[in-house]
Amino acid sequence: MESRSILETIQMVAEENLDIRTITMGISLFDCIDSDGEKARQKIYDKITTSAKDLVKVANQIQTEYGVPIINKRIAVTPIALIAAASGDQDYVAYAQTMEKAATVLGVDLIGGFSALVQKGFQSGDRKLIASIPQALAETSRVCSSVNVGSTRAGINLDAVGEMGRTIKQIAADDPVNCMSLVVFANAVDDNPFMAGAFHGVGEADRVINVGISGPGVVKRALEQVRGQSIDVVSEQIKKTAFKVTRMGQFVGSIAAQRLGVPFGIVDLSLAPTPNEGDSVAEILEEIGLESVGAPGTTAALALLNDAVKKGGVMACEHVGGLSGAFIPVSEDAEMIRAVRAGRLNIEKLEAMTAVCSVGLDMIAVPGDTTAAQISGMIADEAAIGMINNKTTAVRVIPATGKAVGDEVEFGGLFGRAPVMAVNASQPTKLIARGGHIPAPIHSFKN
Amino acid sequence: MKAIITVVGQDQVGIVATVANELKTLNINIVDISQTLMDHNFTMMLSGEWDDQVLSFDAAKTALEALGAQSGLTIRIQRQALFDAIQKL
Repeated sequence: MESRSILETIQMVAEENLDIRTITMGISLFDCIDSDGEKARQKIYDKITTSAKDLVKVANQIQTEYGVPIINKRIAVTPIALIAAASGDQDYVAYAQTMEKAATVLGVDLIGGFSALVQKGFQSGDRKLIASIPQALAETSRVCSSVNVGSTRAGINLDAVGEMGRTIKQIAADDPVNCMSLVVFANAVDDNPFMAGAFHGVGEADRVINVGISGPGVVKRALEQVRGQSIDVVSEQIKKTAFKVTRMGQFVGSIAAQRLGVPFGIVDLSLAPTPNEGDSVAEILEEIGLESVGAPGTTAALALLNDAVKKGGVMACEHVGGLSGAFIPVSEDAEMIRAVRAGRLNIEKLEAMTAVCSVGLDMIAVPGDTTAAQISGMIADEAAIGMINNKTTAVRVIPATGKAVGDEVEFGGLFGRAPVMAVNASQPTKLIARGGHIPAPIHSFKN
Repeated sequence: MKAIITVVGQDQVGIVATVANELKTLNINIVDISQTLMDHNFTMMLSGEWDDQVLSFDAAKTALEALGAQSGLTIRIQRQALFDAIQKL
C-alpha cells in the first residue's frame, strides 16, 4: 500500500470531516400487528430492542478499529399508520412513546417511521396517525415522523397537503423546534437512511442495514486543486472523490451488516452537510465558481454536483438507494446560513434548486405568521416538482412562532440554526381549500 | 490482526526508537515501515501484525494513543481493510 494513499485517507477523515453520517437499521413491524394496541406495542418494543440490540456496540467497534467516525446510529420502522390500523386505538401517541422507549434503551440517536403513506388516499390508520403527530413529537425527542402526500404514479393528495399545513402550524404553536422531526414527502423512498424521513418500506426485507455518508468537505478540498479549469474537469474531480467517499460507506456498511447478521441494503450517495466549518454543500457550489450560493448559476452548479456525485458513487457500491443527492438543509449548512443572512439566498431560489437535487425545502424557518395555507402551498409546489420530475421532494419547514424575518431559530447539534426567511405574502387559501386529488401526470403511464 | 499505524509530529531525535520500543513491548511485529519529512513534519507509516488473542485492538490503540500524548506525536492505528476499500479497485 502506498504511503500517499494512506495519508490521503487519513486526511479525508481527520481534516475534511469525512464520516459516516448514519448507520440505519430498517426493521419491519408487520409481524407486530395486533388487534389489541397494548399487545402490538409490546411486540414492537420487543422486536426493535432484540433486532437492534448490538447496533450501537457494533458501530462503536467499527469506529474504533477503522478510525472512521460514525456520527449517528438510527432505526427506521414500517410506517406506524399501517401497523396501528388493525388496533382499535383512536390515538397513536402511545406508539411514538414505545418507539422512544426502545430507542432510548438501545442508545440510538433517532428512530423514524411514525409515518403514513397517503399519496392516493387515506386508509383508516392514516388520519389518526396524522392527528397524533403534534403530541407525539412534543412528548418524544428521538422519534421522527414523515407523511408521503404525492408520487409520480399516484398524483398529489391535496386533502393531505391541506392537513399537513395545519399539522405543521399546530406543532409550531407548541414548540417550533419539534417541526424538524417531521418531513412531508412526494415520492418518498423505502430505504432512506436519513432522518427525519427514514421509514422501512413495505417491500423491504425483515431487517436491513442502510448507510448514509457525508463528505462535502472532501469534495470541496478536491475542487480547490482544479481552480480555473474547465467544468469538465470539475465534474471529473467530483466523480473521483465521490467514488472514494462511497467506497468507505460500502465498506463500513458491509462490515456492520456482517457483524450484526443482517443483510446489507444500500448506500445513500447523498452529500450531507453539517453546521461545522468546512462541511458545507454551499461551499462546494462557491468553489465551483459562485460568489455566493443563491447567485444566478446556482442551480446549474448544483445539478452538475448532484449528477457527478451519483456517477462516481454508483460504481463504488453494490446497491445504491435512499435519496442519493446533495442535501441543501439551510440550518445545517454554515455557508447557506451566511448566504441567507446576507440576503443572497431566498426560498424561491431554494425551490428551484430542489428541482435538481435531493431533497426539498429542508430545515427552513419561516415567519411565525405564515399561514397553514401558505405552508400547504409550499408543500404542494414541492410535491409537484417531485411528481413531474420523477424525484423525491420534501418539505421540512419550521414556522418560527412569534418570530419574523431576520430572527433565528436554534436547533442545536447537527441541526444547527436557521435564520427566518421571507415567504411570499399572497395566500393560496382557495386552492388548498378545494381539496381532492391532483391526477398523476401523463408520463407516469408507462406500461 | 494487521493494522496500519501512522505517526505524525514535529521532527525530533528518537521518534522511530520511541514508537518501535512501544511496539516491541506490545509484541506487535513490524511488517513494513516507511518514513519521510513533509513540511518539517515527521511522518511515519508502519504496518504491524500481532496476535489479537493476546492483545485486543482497543488495548493496542489505547497504549499507542497514550504514547502519542506523552511524546507530542499524533499516533493513529487503523485496520488496513479500510485503506484497501477506499483506494483499491
